[in-house]
Amino acid sequence: MSAREFAKDQPDSFAFSAENEETIKAIIAKYPDGKQASAVIPLLDLAQRQNDNWIPVKAMEAIAERLDMAKIRVMEVATFYTMFNLAPVGKYFLQACTTTPCWLRGSDQVMKCVHDKLGLHGHYETTDDGMFTLLEVECLGACVNAPILQVNDDFYEDLDYEKTAELLDALKRGEAPPVGSLAGRNKSESSAGATTLAQMRPAAGED
Amino acid sequence: MPKLTVNGIEVEVQPGATVLQACEEAGFEIPRFCYHERLSIAGNCRMCMVEIKPGPPKPTASCAFPAGDNMEVFTDSEMVKKARHGVMEFLLINHPLDCPICDQGGECDLQDQAMAYGHHSSRYDENKRAVTNKNMGPLIETIMTRCIHCTRCVRFSTEVAGVDQMGLLNRGGEVEITTYLESALDSELSANVIDLCPVGALTSKPYAFTARSWELRKTESVDVMDAVGSNIRVDARGGEVMRVLPRLNEDVNEEWISDKTRFACDGLKRQRLDKPYVRGVDGKLAPASWDDAFAAIATKAKGLSGEKIAAIVGDLADAESMFALKQLMGALGASSIDCRQDGAKLDASCRAGYLFNSTIAGIEDADALLIVGSNPRWEAAVLNARIRKRWLAGNFPIGMVGAPVSASYDYDQLGAGPETLSQIADGSHAFAKVLDAAARPMIIVGQGALARADGAAVLATARAIAEKFGMIQPASSDAEGNEVPTWNGFNVLHTAASRVGGLDMGFVPGDGGRDTAGILEGAAKGEIELLYLLGTDEVATSGIGDKAFVIYQGHHGDQGAHHADVVLPGAAYTEKDGLYVNTEGRVQMGFRAVFPPGEAREDWKIVRALSDHLGHGLGYNTLGELRSALIATHPSFAELDEAPTAEWGAFGVSGEMSGDAFASPIENFYMTDPISRMSATMAECTETFVNAKAGRTGTEG
Repeated sequence: MSAREFAKDQPDSFAFSAENEETIKAIIAKYPDGKQASAVIPLLDLAQRQNDNWIPVKAMEAIAERLDMAKIRVMEVATFYTMFNLAPVGKYFLQACTTTPCWLRGSDQVMKCVHDKLGLHGHYETTDDGMFTLLEVECLGACVNAPILQVNDDFYEDLDYEKTAELLDALKRGEAPPVGSLAGRNKSESSAGATTLAQMRPAAGED
Repeated sequence: MPKLTVNGIEVEVQPGATVLQACEEAGFEIPRFCYHERLSIAGNCRMCMVEIKPGPPKPTASCAFPAGDNMEVFTDSEMVKKARHGVMEFLLINHPLDCPICDQGGECDLQDQAMAYGHHSSRYDENKRAVTNKNMGPLIETIMTRCIHCTRCVRFSTEVAGVDQMGLLNRGGEVEITTYLESALDSELSANVIDLCPVGALTSKPYAFTARSWELRKTESVDVMDAVGSNIRVDARGGEVMRVLPRLNEDVNEEWISDKTRFACDGLKRQRLDKPYVRGVDGKLAPASWDDAFAAIATKAKGLSGEKIAAIVGDLADAESMFALKQLMGALGASSIDCRQDGAKLDASCRAGYLFNSTIAGIEDADALLIVGSNPRWEAAVLNARIRKRWLAGNFPIGMVGAPVSASYDYDQLGAGPETLSQIADGSHAFAKVLDAAARPMIIVGQGALARADGAAVLATARAIAEKFGMIQPASSDAEGNEVPTWNGFNVLHTAASRVGGLDMGFVPGDGGRDTAGILEGAAKGEIELLYLLGTDEVATSGIGDKAFVIYQGHHGDQGAHHADVVLPGAAYTEKDGLYVNTEGRVQMGFRAVFPPGEAREDWKIVRALSDHLGHGLGYNTLGELRSALIATHPSFAELDEAPTAEWGAFGVSGEMSGDAFASPIENFYMTDPISRMSATMAECTETFVNAKAGRTGTEG
């Protein structure tokens, strides 16, 4: 995997929306005076949400000015965390986990399905219609319901080839399928149903 | 103080010292890449692993581990050897094997340490990583594939240089060092990252592919580009100065030098005066022999009374040639001599009145600073780093009277000119309270405040401020009986390497003599008929060429030589042994690295030879004899490498000060003297850092 690159076409300016300006004030107020640099990650996140899921260089500069930081320091943070996108991504930003637990549970099939249906391989590739961008990522921390595909902020779990295909079709139609396990699992319970605490605890003296 | 053993040797170290420092104390060298004693600790190269007992059974990075009582440290155990081998193997995984074409080859930390700790061959057969090179301006060449990400350059530029422009982008196997959007690193100290880089990732652009380090003849010398007197090493091959590097001197430049000090040396090869010239009847300078040149001077000087003869020395002159010239002028009966070609109203009668009394290292002991008419960042870049170091330590209010500058520390802009200075002196200004509250306040008076008509009055006001706010303190003892050393916070920041030496030997107008302005005026009117310029390039001599007979002795065909009637080719600072006195009054000795070009000679020899032709032979035939004579009359020159303590006295002349604002004497840091003006590298820097900011394109008139 090569280093992430900044978008070639950068906007000439960036300004936070009025609504976000209010949020920024609240965020900065959480930190002691002189320590406002701590707010850099929430502000980068705000900028990314405001700007179609990616952060232009001008936004980093705006944040640097707001937090009285050197621009390079903000850029260091923005490039360190892969959750911050440095170039435009599709409307649906797909992050497919292929770390060991997901891989054991069939993430190859998820990747294959995305490739078959969208023609994407996995490193910030975007479909021609600008709807989907795929990124192959390391552990998303939901191994219990592996394999996982993250769509923007939401986790879709317990995928296989067919379920991934259905999910992508639904997204294409502009629907938002309910998040979580697509195998009908309740949260992260065992797929075979609850196995512990299945009965009420016996009343005292009954055992 | 923690006591610990290193390989069985007991050492006691300062509280807060690291294990690495304890190991050094015990005499064991610890390999390292990221650790640097003048930078913050990063702990990211992992090369300095040692074994520590008691502790977890794994190697520890000694640079970031505080030394503790009763620790047992092992630097050569099996575990340590294995750890270092492993780290070295990882470092070399992505490091190219291009040492034969790398400028760092032969002086590379990685190369040296790979010899000591590396495997004999690589076990890695994947593709190596390649990184695009970054633009860092006209001085720093980047070959980023070689980078091992020690982040010394990032820490240096942030901490010492004070420019937050370098950073480490991305993470893990993709990290890259870069400047912000690949802008040129905008600091006068930027090229120190070349020395700091332990590998060949950041190398010198002007020096690229010109020489190998082992071919060079290394000469220890002293810099003359400013009045700091940075200690340098001049690396030469054959008759050519290839590069200039810093030399360690804790009291002066620590281990930094400015970019001008480092890179102006290519100016030594251009526009040099390599033979004497005499202006012929056609009004053109024509090459001549030394004898002809001396004869022309002797003819002119014959029968001329002393008051019609004058001499001005320039900024780069060594003490010996100034002394020889002073004696020659004395023999000719001339009292119109001056070493202040910028017209600074400095008073040579009281030494404390023109020295940087607190010393450069002493800045770290001060607790408040008032800067008057100076831009330390451009006038003395290395000294400025010391101010920043003190400022970073905290509780160091800085006030500035003069033009606002882009400094590498926060300061209060108090005012623009003498009016504010008077307010501080009479206590009505708010900053007076700050100075009052400080235990060891200091003032830095720049040449911008002194090189003006009311300079003497400004100097007197500065002295009044120094006295009023307790900047002059004799040695005493505090309530607990501890000794408090003397403190003299009155500082004059010079810009010329020759200035303090000149003032020390009294190269100033004698009785009835004229100063620089008077000499030039007299020469224009014909009252001065013979004018001797020793490397004087910063005064306008264009108007006097036809009225007075001008002798220019120097090394570059710059302003001074253009209007001279006789040109005597002298030696540049790398081409002669010489004494230089820095702004603190510290006498330092420079040594000859190469010979002067062509027929050019060492400057004192020229003056000595001329004295014979004028019938006033000076009584010394070797530099040693000259130095003995110099020391006999001016004992201060005998104390090498020591910052003097000068007696406080009266200096300056109280009087009216004009309302004009103070302006820094330096408009362009990169071009301040004949050498840097001829340097192609400095021209490029001017283009990149000065003109670009001023919105100039370089093509206007």
